[in-house]
Amino acid sequence: MNFILDVKNLEKRFELTSGFLNSLTFKNGKLTKEKKAVHAVNGVSFAIKKGEVFSLVGESGCGKSTTARTVIKLYEPNNGEIFFEGNDITNISRKEMLKYRSKIQMIFQDPYASLNPRQKVIDIIMEPILFHKLANSKQEAEQKAFAVLEKVGIRPEQAYRFPHQFSGGQRQRIGIARALALEPELIVADEPVSALDVSIQAQILNLMMDLKEELNLSYLFIAHDLSVIKHISDRIGVMYLGKIVETGTTEEIFSNPKHPYTKALLEALPKINGKNMVDFKGLKGEVQSPINLPKGCYFCDRCNESLDICHHTIPVEQEITKDHYVSCHLYKGKDNE
Amino acid sequence: MEKLLEVKNLKTYFHTFKGVVKAVDGVDFYVNKGEILGIVGESGGGKSITGFSLIKLIESPGKIETGEILFEGNDLVKYSEREMSKIRGKDIVMIFQDPMTSLNPVYTIKQQIEESLILHTNLNKKERHERCVELLKDVGIPNPENRLTNYPHQFSGGMRQRVVIAIALAVNPKLIIADEPTTALDVTIQAQILKLMTELVKKQGCSMILITHDLAVVSEIADRINVMYCGKIVESSKVSTIMNHCKHPYTRGLLNSIPDIKDNKDRLETIDGIVPNMFKLPKGCNFYPRCNKRMEECENKEPEYREYKEGHYISCHYPIEGER
Repeated sequence: MNFILDVKNLEKRFELTSGFLNSLTFKNGKLTKEKKAVHAVNGVSFAIKKGEVFSLVGESGCGKSTTARTVIKLYEPNNGEIFFEGNDITNISRKEMLKYRSKIQMIFQDPYASLNPRQKVIDIIMEPILFHKLANSKQEAEQKAFAVLEKVGIRPEQAYRFPHQFSGGQRQRIGIARALALEPELIVADEPVSALDVSIQAQILNLMMDLKEELNLSYLFIAHDLSVIKHISDRIGVMYLGKIVETGTTEEIFSNPKHPYTKALLEALPKINGKNMVDFKGLKGEVQSPINLPKGCYFCDRCNESLDICHHTIPVEQEITKDHYVSCHLYKGKDNE
Repeated sequence: MEKLLEVKNLKTYFHTFKGVVKAVDGVDFYVNKGEILGIVGESGGGKSITGFSLIKLIESPGKIETGEILFEGNDLVKYSEREMSKIRGKDIVMIFQDPMTSLNPVYTIKQQIEESLILHTNLNKKERHERCVELLKDVGIPNPENRLTNYPHQFSGGMRQRVVIAIALAVNPKLIIADEPTTALDVTIQAQILKLMTELVKKQGCSMILITHDLAVVSEIADRINVMYCGKIVESSKVSTIMNHCKHPYTRGLLNSIPDIKDNKDRLETIDGIVPNMFKLPKGCNFYPRCNKRMEECENKEPEYREYKEGHYISCHYPIEGER
């Protein structure tokens, strides 16, 4: 199979204790050295086929964004492997990474913060083109910038304006144009529509889908809104506390969710003309701290169906039906029968 | 049913250097006793300013120009600041969007709940303590005795919003204005908080105005809905009517642009264009430039806000026929 991005067992920790003195704690009359870290991503594996939209969904703090940023090496991973088009990019230097940068581009969440307020739109788009030497002259770069702006629906006469002269939706279009300027193959979109109003959100989602068809792009899409995810994705990975607990095709996840957490997410979702949210039974407690990870299944303390085994053994990922993977002890027994 | 609040022709304008922004431009609505009214619309629609106007929390350059806010028959617009402060936090309370910033970080939870008890009740110290514990228990905070002495940073986002709700409910208000109370929270927490709010509202028999951009949320818990666009109410009716028989093209556009979990649509329907500049509103209907059903008449003549059918108000020259 031809994967554009293949991530294996990715881990990312953020050390909380910097320096030797800070790591010392006085406990039981003894001075001990202790290291504290936020375990943001704990062994995430997924692969994205060419032309596919793969989405990561989960609640805030579950490591979606960190995963995305680690995958494109904005953070250095602590463990695991990342393959882009079959090439191992896990441990390559920043300089070597440069040649991949133009092929992987990112769209950010906040269209107000992700554009330089002191640069004109045309300069924002031209900068990456010139930096990666995709154009031989300034004129050529400008032509390319105009072409890509037109694709996202920004007229040429608007190109010499500053970001503050645009609305949120238009700014997000500029953000998308900047990502497209380098003719990338993979786009990492981190909550690209969550800051926008519904009517604008629909425009941007349609634009992203059209561009995907037109340019044969692949997306790694990150969002917390399940209805957006359902609309745009081919496959979905549900994340909880830095781990993917369930992956499958969109139809499979929505029609046949297996993991108790996925079920809870779907049950809690408010619906037009429904009583979904009102009938939601609720999860116990709160998301555990990513500093002191639970021993067994990360979800066991909040799970309504937890077994004894859940509290001391981490479940392994297993295939339930074709391409539908779940990490949950509830489904182990059925495998052996 | 008895009306708790009736708003007539309320106008709140902001006088800025660049011109006048008509943030709320002549809205009429009412809230019945024991009812949840949802106010929906996109950002800049005037939802929050409507909410703030009701308790007169409008600061210069903003000003309530005209209108009446009849709360239990008394016109709040005529009230002085001193009279208002007796109503705020007692009869009408507000819950804000961001639980991270609406609590004071340097006071304990107990001090913050107690504040409104000291101001609005005659309870003594011991009774106040008991009431605090009871309130925290009501909003589902485990171990309330010990949590009272905690500071806001020791709570998670969902727990903080529970504390805010506890403060709001402290003196049995008659009307709660909740401005995007769960927008900053995750879906599972959102479900818990909204369920809790609905239960408490029904239990105490008070009314609630829920301001949100999320149509699905209001659809689940509100009794009636006002849809706002550019400072005006464009449509108002019972939830089921709005969701299934909406007549205004804007309401329909909003509903259709939400990706549906059940339906598989290849493309989402969108509303063309963007919200108009508030300094340069269209001459006729505010929605005219974006409307796909527009006629000549809409460009120059502003539609009247009228009763289309019983309890179903709309401001549109050419309401859409048929179901959604």
